Amino acid sequence: MTTLKTKVLPADGHLAATSSGARARHTPLMPSAGMRRVWLTLLGWGIALIIFFPILWMVLTGFKTEAEAIADPSLIFTPTLESYVAVQARADYFKFAMNSVVVAFGSTLLALLIAIPAAYAMAFLPTRRTKATLLWMLSTKMLPPVGVLVPIYLIFRDLGLLDTRSGLIIVYTLMNLPIVVWMLYTFFKDLPRDILEAGRMDGASTFQEVVYLLLPLTLPGIASTGLLSVILSWNEAFWSLNLTSSNAAPLTAYIASFSSPEGLFWAKLSAASTMAIAPILIFGWLTQKQMVRGLTFGAVK
Amino acid sequence: MATLQLHDIVKRFDDTEVIKGVDLEVNDREFVVFVGPSGCGKSTLLRMIAGLESATSGDILIDGVRMNEVGPAERGLAMVFQSYALYPHMTVEDNMGFSLKLAGVPKEERRRKVREAASILQLEPLLERKPKALSGGQRQRVAIGRAIVRNPSIFLFDEPLSNLDAALRVQMRIELARLHEELDATMIYVTHDQIEAMTMADKIVVLQGGVVEQVGSPMELYHHPRNRFVAGFIGSPKMNFLEVERVSAAATGVEVRLPGGDTCTVPVDGSGLDDDALTLGIRPEHLQLDPQGPLTGRIEVIERLGGVTSLYVRMQDTLVTVSADGNVDSRVGDSLRFGFERDCAHLFDGEGLALPSLARHPLAGLNRQDNRAPAAAGRL
Repeated sequence: MTTLKTKVLPADGHLAATSSGARARHTPLMPSAGMRRVWLTLLGWGIALIIFFPILWMVLTGFKTEAEAIADPSLIFTPTLESYVAVQARADYFKFAMNSVVVAFGSTLLALLIAIPAAYAMAFLPTRRTKATLLWMLSTKMLPPVGVLVPIYLIFRDLGLLDTRSGLIIVYTLMNLPIVVWMLYTFFKDLPRDILEAGRMDGASTFQEVVYLLLPLTLPGIASTGLLSVILSWNEAFWSLNLTSSNAAPLTAYIASFSSPEGLFWAKLSAASTMAIAPILIFGWLTQKQMVRGLTFGAVK
Repeated sequence: MATLQLHDIVKRFDDTEVIKGVDLEVNDREFVVFVGPSGCGKSTLLRMIAGLESATSGDILIDGVRMNEVGPAERGLAMVFQSYALYPHMTVEDNMGFSLKLAGVPKEERRRKVREAASILQLEPLLERKPKALSGGQRQRVAIGRAIVRNPSIFLFDEPLSNLDAALRVQMRIELARLHEELDATMIYVTHDQIEAMTMADKIVVLQGGVVEQVGSPMELYHHPRNRFVAGFIGSPKMNFLEVERVSAAATGVEVRLPGGDTCTVPVDGSGLDDDALTLGIRPEHLQLDPQGPLTGRIEVIERLGGVTSLYVRMQDTLVTVSADGNVDSRVGDSLRFGFERDCAHLFDGEGLALPSLARHPLAGLNRQDNRAPAAAGRL
């Protein structure tokens, strides 16, 4: 009985001490913790605004007349669709947009088809050289594309790929492949090996393993990889400007066509740019949940 | 019918040899447990039997047919993984029926077989659920169910209970033993827990460093360990080892000098023994408090479990565990005298090998099956 008493008492005393201590510390901290939150919120909004401002300004400028566009910057003006009409009259937006869609999705599909088996091999059948291979693949992204422009241009000319969608699809696939393989590799590596081994014990061939187990289980990762690849292809300008002229020109070429020939027409350029980024912006907005989930897949488990 | 033979199995990863020539025979319907500390190669050995890992050299024979080059699914085995390895995106029913689906079994038959296995494991109410919605014990049962559905000739278990809490582990242990009886199948079970090995096995294979230290029935291993490692690994609490000095050695017994200076004769065959420094092994349950006993020490720690009290007694530089009665009235710091049963003592030579006992323990040949056979009572 006595031991029981002595055990209960210090426990009670300890509890009381911590709760009163916490209360004492809590009260003076309250306002400063609240202020911190306010400051951080303001900072967050500020940074977001700085990042978003050029896009906002571009969208606004698109709805101005050319005269307003070069006048002193002002947020007060009467919106007009004049520039959009002018832009559409000069070049068929939908033709360029179609090229962008076909090339971005085509190259992404091709990249995934090549990268899934590659990442599977690296994640589940690694050799001593796997890490080095991955690094080497990524290192090709460090080379400035202009360094290989001439050889690629000549090869494309000889193969008749200049100004074709398939040519652009090939280039974009190659451009995104290292990142796609790398990302898929990370997602695949997170999958417990046991699950695939259980599949093998159950009689699954490698192909069945991939189709029934690997792909469904890593779908969020594959989706976000695909989305990133689509966005990168959509926004790519260097290769599209150099390898296409009219037939296969995507929206990046469309924007560029408004910047050079007749000097600078800010309103028209802005209208064209707004139209060019609108689809991918909407696409990104609709899939952002998937993107974030995929990109943070391994990080927060 | 399913037997398994391993002939001189070696496994090398790069330059490291993890399995160093294992020979083993598993009989039909036997429950064989591979036990050993982590890193001893037991899981690797199991994975080689499963076909998930290839053997560097040696032969794996199932029912007398060499299987080294045969894929995992074609070996007719099923494996239960430590992590259960359920397919998280499939329902319990699809998990269990996956192998049948891959084999092209028609849907109706698949359904029937899954339901059959589910009824053995009381999984019927859970068939529509995803693994996420199951408790650890239920997941474990689904993993076993997935194995049963395949109707394998040999079941392989890779530490299947180590992720369960203690109470559930005991329950699953009993369930597995029941399942073994019900399915009448050959089972190979890997664990690091010697209690699981002792309670479930017909035959225990003790592994260490990629080598089989001893193969035998649980009681054989307990009463006649081949060396110090097996003696220390099997039995809980662990066997005590005392450094002793040889006084004389003969085929009828070995006389040794105990740490306190007393001498005693251990009934083991000492012919040909020429080591002077020997190790005496005595299990905690074979030490008794005895005011006239030859050993003495001071109690450092007392663990009271109710029925049994473990006394940790300091004897010079060794800490000896004594399993005493639950009501023993000792206190930390007390001096203690104790003795031991000569017949239960083990003596190890300088290499750590056990000297053969003069008498075989009457239960050493006992199998798990003998526990329930009425004839067994007469044999004792």
